[in-house]
Amino acid sequence: MNTQKINYQEVKGWGIDADPLNEPTYPMKEGDAEDKITIWERPDQQQASMEVLTSNERATIPAVFGQTIAPQGISGHIRRYAFNHSESRYRHWIPLLIADRINEIEGIIDDFKHGKAPHILLEKGWRARWKLNKKSVMKKAGIGLLLAVTAAVLVKRKPS
Amino acid sequence: MQAINYRGPFRIRVEDKPIPEIQHPRDAIVQVTRACICGSDLHLYHGMVPDTRVGTTFGHEFIGIVQEVGTEVHNLGVGDSVLVPFNIACGQCVFCKQGLFAYCHESNAMSSTVGGVFGYSHIAGGFDGGQAEYVRVPYADIGPTVIPDGMNEEDALLLTDVLPTGYYAAEMGGIKKGDTVVVFGAGPVGIMAARCAWLFGAGRVIVIDHLEYRLDFVRKYAPCEAYNFKSIEDPVLFIKRQTDWLGADVCIDAVGSDACGNMMQTLTGKKLLLQAGAATALHWAINSVKKGGIVSIVGVYGPTDNLIPIGNAVNKGITIRAGQTSVKRLLPRLIEHVQQGILSPREIITHRFALEDAADAYHIFSSKLDDCIKPVLVPSAV
Repeated sequence: MNTQKINYQEVKGWGIDADPLNEPTYPMKEGDAEDKITIWERPDQQQASMEVLTSNERATIPAVFGQTIAPQGISGHIRRYAFNHSESRYRHWIPLLIADRINEIEGIIDDFKHGKAPHILLEKGWRARWKLNKKSVMKKAGIGLLLAVTAAVLVKRKPS
Repeated sequence: MQAINYRGPFRIRVEDKPIPEIQHPRDAIVQVTRACICGSDLHLYHGMVPDTRVGTTFGHEFIGIVQEVGTEVHNLGVGDSVLVPFNIACGQCVFCKQGLFAYCHESNAMSSTVGGVFGYSHIAGGFDGGQAEYVRVPYADIGPTVIPDGMNEEDALLLTDVLPTGYYAAEMGGIKKGDTVVVFGAGPVGIMAARCAWLFGAGRVIVIDHLEYRLDFVRKYAPCEAYNFKSIEDPVLFIKRQTDWLGADVCIDAVGSDACGNMMQTLTGKKLLLQAGAATALHWAINSVKKGGIVSIVGVYGPTDNLIPIGNAVNKGITIRAGQTSVKRLLPRLIEHVQQGILSPREIITHRFALEDAADAYHIFSSKLDDCIKPVLVPSAV
């Protein structure tokens, strides 16, 4: 294979940030002893208006946190369980992944509860897929149709 | 207000949400004028990041206009145009004091490993992001920076994450004049890392990817050598051949968990989720770097485990440096580079979508359709 070498001296800005002192322990070497204190004047504490799960590897809740979506439903119970365990354990992360998948189903149920059918194809960007990649849409539709027809034939053939 | 709303893997819709309110004296409310979709948003979109709750609004790269400030925010005023670094940082904890704004200890309740990030799941603090008409910006006296007069707003937008992250990747590489630098990944961050490697004096910059349109782009933009790993069979062997059989001085992983190129990594990392994404790029980086060299990781991985050749890392005596970028620390230098015309980040923007078309934008970016490199969302109120 041919290589495509560049004359680096012609590249705009070449070497302007070269720093012979840049070495791998940066930036932990930055700052003096005063900067390395482990107790600091904490910012004012934000007040919680909903349930906020907190890592058990922290002594306190941080001064500021996100309050967007409280844990709820079955996925919420699983998330609460997960947060009883440290971030070093699978029993923290695997329940969170399971909770995410359950939460997806809860989201669909919730949509129906609010009288709204989710437009899953639109949410998945199928409009753009149709516009830019018709072949992929046709292929997926073809496979779907084939599977549906096969399933219908198999069900019909089933002895009564 | 309109905001994107995550409904599960590969499902995004735009719907009404309440306009956020001040929750802390150091908060601001910012009306978003532009927001990018980041490559790392795709990890969320693909359902690979644990504790990504249905209803979350993504978006950690955005600029906007200050609409309201808390009582303790004195350096910003209503009407200021600001760029907002993706890190949420208090500026006074032990980490912020050292310039490690990405690891602020006062902004993320849900994890002890990283500071708060806008719209990046609950493991990054559970904050809503900027792919919306309005966003709550905590510690607004620290992060947001007024966009300098005369700066193009899309240059400012790319200073919130992608340019600083590419620069940080090169900086962590400890590049010395004349070094050979290999960047795995020709996505937006890889492109920026390749461009910035020259600023540190690299003698040769090589980018490896599999998408021809991105390789063509980075070849001209960085400028650099760019090769398709599908046509070189074994990228590690290729790099050895290119470097007198010694390996590269510096290797940069600018891909993270969504890598392709290794069937076993893809199966166990992306399909079965038995590891925190596919670590193909990192695997190649460790094996391609020379003995005693440096591997710099800015690609995003999930919080669980990954299969990487750590034995080779030990045997080769390499240094691995990794991190989320502390944007605030790098901003003064990068603003200077943009103002002087040395860097022109906005050139990587290929697509602009109305916010309400976010589902299509995510699909196009995720599926690499229409030669998409960097998509931007524009709220309709702008």
